[in-house]
Amino acid sequence: MSETNRAYDKVLAARNSSRPMGGYFIERMIDNFVELHGDRRFGDDAAIIGGIGYLNQRPVTIIAMERGGTIEERIKRNFGCPTPEGYRKALRLMKEAEKFRRPVICLIGSSGAYCGIDAEERGQGEAIAENLYEMMTLKTPIISVVVGEGGSGGALALGVCDTAVMLENSIYSVISPEGCASILWKDSTKAPEAAEALKLTSRDLLERHVIEKIIKENNRTTDEIISELKNFITLEIKRKERLSTDALLEERYKKFRKIGA
Amino acid sequence: MGIFDFLKKSNAPASKTCKTCGTETDYARLINNYMICPQCGKYMRMGAYERINMMVDEGSFNEIDRSLKSVDPIGFPGYSEKIENAKRASGLPEGVVCGTAKISGCKTAVFAMDSHFMMGSMGSVVGEKITRLFEKATKDGLPVVGFTTSGGARMQEGIISLMQMAKTSGAVKRHSDAGLLYITVLTDPTTGGVTASFAMLGDIIIAEPKALIGFAGARVIEQTTGQKLPEGFQRAEFLMEHGFVDIIEDRRRLKYTVANLLKLHGYSSVRKLR
Repeated sequence: MSETNRAYDKVLAARNSSRPMGGYFIERMIDNFVELHGDRRFGDDAAIIGGIGYLNQRPVTIIAMERGGTIEERIKRNFGCPTPEGYRKALRLMKEAEKFRRPVICLIGSSGAYCGIDAEERGQGEAIAENLYEMMTLKTPIISVVVGEGGSGGALALGVCDTAVMLENSIYSVISPEGCASILWKDSTKAPEAAEALKLTSRDLLERHVIEKIIKENNRTTDEIISELKNFITLEIKRKERLSTDALLEERYKKFRKIGA
Repeated sequence: MGIFDFLKKSNAPASKTCKTCGTETDYARLINNYMICPQCGKYMRMGAYERINMMVDEGSFNEIDRSLKSVDPIGFPGYSEKIENAKRASGLPEGVVCGTAKISGCKTAVFAMDSHFMMGSMGSVVGEKITRLFEKATKDGLPVVGFTTSGGARMQEGIISLMQMAKTSGAVKRHSDAGLLYITVLTDPTTGGVTASFAMLGDIIIAEPKALIGFAGARVIEQTTGQKLPEGFQRAEFLMEHGFVDIIEDRRRLKYTVANLLKLHGYSSVRKLR
């Protein structure tokens, strides 16, 4: 198989409709999960599920993108593309977690922020910017995991964190390969070449120190994958909680500060 | 080298033609008219040095980090050549110019993006320069006044350019936590990853009349949703109506308004009140 096919195969795998999404991980990783709704401003975005539960007996806040299984559910969840209300709900729950000194886990898997007239009217750009800004100094550990397609700014809005993790076959990119190919080469069928050029696989991101950990997927059952993810997050939270708040925030700042310096 | 010298030396044309009404106007006359078409009143897009020249006290601008050059962090096909072409065509080293200056006597950190360099897109150099400027302003207790114009994140730098959104937003947060003022002036066009990071994070957000400001591209929205876009969609006035812009200001009054805001926040031409 050629290099070109390899990166694009990951893109297709990350988007595959049978691939587990946020809700599935919450169900299998978190005990006594209580879902909390709404941004207290305008509405409740079903593309983002948020709430509190136990991770290995430790209370955590978990926020996950979810596109839904059935067609009805997908429509309700807007195919997993969050609106500004979704990002504002996420930030509200993170602030609540900060207040009660609870760590935050973010699960990322979406083709991107919802693009529509209403999303622009309600400040999609401002909502994403606000999350990046506030998450950088949120006084509690944040662990972000890309479980599917990490699509651009809409993914990054849950991606400012202390430890960034990717499942082996997930992707994380500044633009979709189709979008890139159609802008650059006026030909969206060149998406496989664009996928290769964009360096969007988990291995690419680990090599460039954008993420800290890959959870292996190949030749493993879903249970094995989730079990490793759960244990990794638990240990990582313990490690981060040993730091003073100042040290935690300094490390978080530096983690992003050094990218592209 | 002063900005006037730079404007003369750079490949500024003898005249410019308005894209709206087609009138050709002498460049020197346009500069004196704030790059507004004297015939139809259209706001022409300004280069970074033109903008700084218009906004700061004469001779007060000290550029920093001019020599930061783009690398090709993910080995993207054709990117190195594209950078070279952009440098030649624009006479600029990158898509943003940063420095310190005085605005009506108030010392400030200033950045101005330039759409003539790869549509003002944000790659690692733009992200790094903005971050360094905010860090310097935080250290020196300076306000930041920034002029945005950008097509968004620079896709030729892949994930590295996406991460500049987080990096710059973090630097803005630290500046804000130090109690310092940040004024953004959104100019035509400000879109994508720049809108979704430092452009929308000002304490005070000013926009130029009719400037295109948004996150998703209008054509993409139309294609994805099949909806017809309303008149004036994603223009400065639309953003103000929806509560995302504080002030829409005439370009000819911009310097006065910014200076007034700086003074209202305690920044003074005489001494630091902070």
